[in-house]
Amino acid sequence: MRYERPQTIQDATALLAGAEAKSYVLAGGTDLLVRMQSDDFEADLIVDIKAIAGMDQITEVEDGFVIGAGVPCAALAENAALVAAWPGVVEAANLIGSTQIQGRCTVVGNLCNASPAADSVPALVASNARVRIAGPSGQREVDILDVPVSPGKTSLKKGEFIEAVVLPKGAAHLGDAYLRFIPRTEMDIAVVGVGVHLALDDAGAISSARVALGAVGPKVVLSQEAADTLVGTKLEDAALEALATACSDASNPIDDKRGTVAFRKQVAGVLARRAAQTAYTRAGGK
Amino acid sequence: MSSIAVSTTINDDDVEFLCQPDETLLDVLRNRLGLMGAKEGCGTGDCGACSAIVDGRVVCSCLVLGAEAQGRTIETIEGMANGSELHPLQRKFIEHAALQCGICTPGFLMAAKALLEVNPDPTETEIRFWLAGNLCRCTGYDKIVRAVQDAAAEMRGENA
Ligand SMILES: Cc1cc2nc3c(=O)[nH]c(=O)nc-3n(C[C@H](O)[C@H](O)[C@H](O)COP(=O)(O)OP(=O)(O)OC[C@H]3O[C@@H](n4cnc5c(N)ncnc54)[C@H](O)[C@@H]3O)c2cc1C
Ligand code: FES
Ligand code: FES
Repeated sequence: MRYERPQTIQDATALLAGAEAKSYVLAGGTDLLVRMQSDDFEADLIVDIKAIAGMDQITEVEDGFVIGAGVPCAALAENAALVAAWPGVVEAANLIGSTQIQGRCTVVGNLCNASPAADSVPALVASNARVRIAGPSGQREVDILDVPVSPGKTSLKKGEFIEAVVLPKGAAHLGDAYLRFIPRTEMDIAVVGVGVHLALDDAGAISSARVALGAVGPKVVLSQEAADTLVGTKLEDAALEALATACSDASNPIDDKRGTVAFRKQVAGVLARRAAQTAYTRAGGK
Repeated sequence: MSSIAVSTTINDDDVEFLCQPDETLLDVLRNRLGLMGAKEGCGTGDCGACSAIVDGRVVCSCLVLGAEAQGRTIETIEGMANGSELHPLQRKFIEHAALQCGICTPGFLMAAKALLEVNPDPTETEIRFWLAGNLCRCTGYDKIVRAVQDAAAEMRGENA
């Protein structure tokens, strides 16, 4: 196995596109190094992207925030403008692991590890984030929802890696929230996670909604049906009830030792109600 | 596999070492540099016994490659005391009997040091959440939390 630390995006994509059979991008390493400890792990090349200029930066631009692929999740909470604009995304990213994990883990690594239970992913999908992908033939930008495919699999092609996540910046009256259920209070994997993002009109009615569910299917679920239950409402009880039902229906989870199908479906509804209430308050709704 | 030459700073000293591409920083510290304070409890990021501070952030050194240390600033438990003078956290851990077997202690001390650098006056809840990635089989945590609170108070100049 080789370890490389390219200084430019071009060098990184050239290395990843090169002859070697099995190559991995290294960001925070909190998934990759755990996998490296196992006996059946094989890699020919590890490409550490953290020395590339800009990877460790959060940049506020006119229409959003660009979060470099090397930024540790702890740094998101230290950026006041990002916390103000996207508290739900920051909350979700800060639920990953412990203080020690926070100092290294990245949201892009969380996304590319492609675990159905990845905490930051439903919040990012609800926020309508996009990702900037660098590849041998240049840069492309895609909807974040299109990156994970199934457990452990992404849509990235050989030679490609994600440079940054781009969070939009919208008009006034926006709010987001993320909640997960775990059997403990810290250091556990989501049994269900829900991200909600709401925009309100001047009268406080919901003008658009995005609802994303984690750990209830092979990949994150963006539910149009759930969003539709909210649009036009002021989050009255009937709307919350309809949202909960839609989220339970949109969930297609597995039975395992962490939760049964019935439990996960119900919890999806409960968390969606609560996340929607927080997002609504954050958007300025009463 | 060919060795990688790494130059880094550990506890204010310039250090150079050779390591394998798949070798962790924890293994480099312990096996190549003789810094045996960081312990391997799990090797998978769950226990915090291997905690070290890299560029100001406390991390699990078992989840960092040795090669990644290039050009970084690393702090380990060996650099915590000033010569024979213990750091207040170290002294308070002894006073409060916040250790029994001691395997977890270097990790707790490094994590607590990083906490007090960003938050000199943490609440008990903040201490418990910050230290949630450090596991201890012996003490039941309470004495550790008290020791951190007491050290923080002393470092703020409240009960020196
Ligand atoms: C103790 C512990 C607790 C944890 N708790 C949680 C938790 O509560 N919630 C949760 O969701 N996760 C948790 N995790 C998993 C992990 O910390 C997260 O998934 C983290 O966000 C991964 O980010 P990373 O930067 O460390 O990824 P890495 O390990 O560097 O990479 C992960 C994967 O993504 C690929 N990759 C990384 N960056 C890129 C890129 N820029 N482009 C393309 N591919 C890339 C890598 O090749 C690898 O396959 C935990 C892990 C540990 C060890
Ligand atoms: S040995 Fe590193 S966290 Fe347990
Ligand atoms: S003192 Fe023994 S594990 Fe903490």
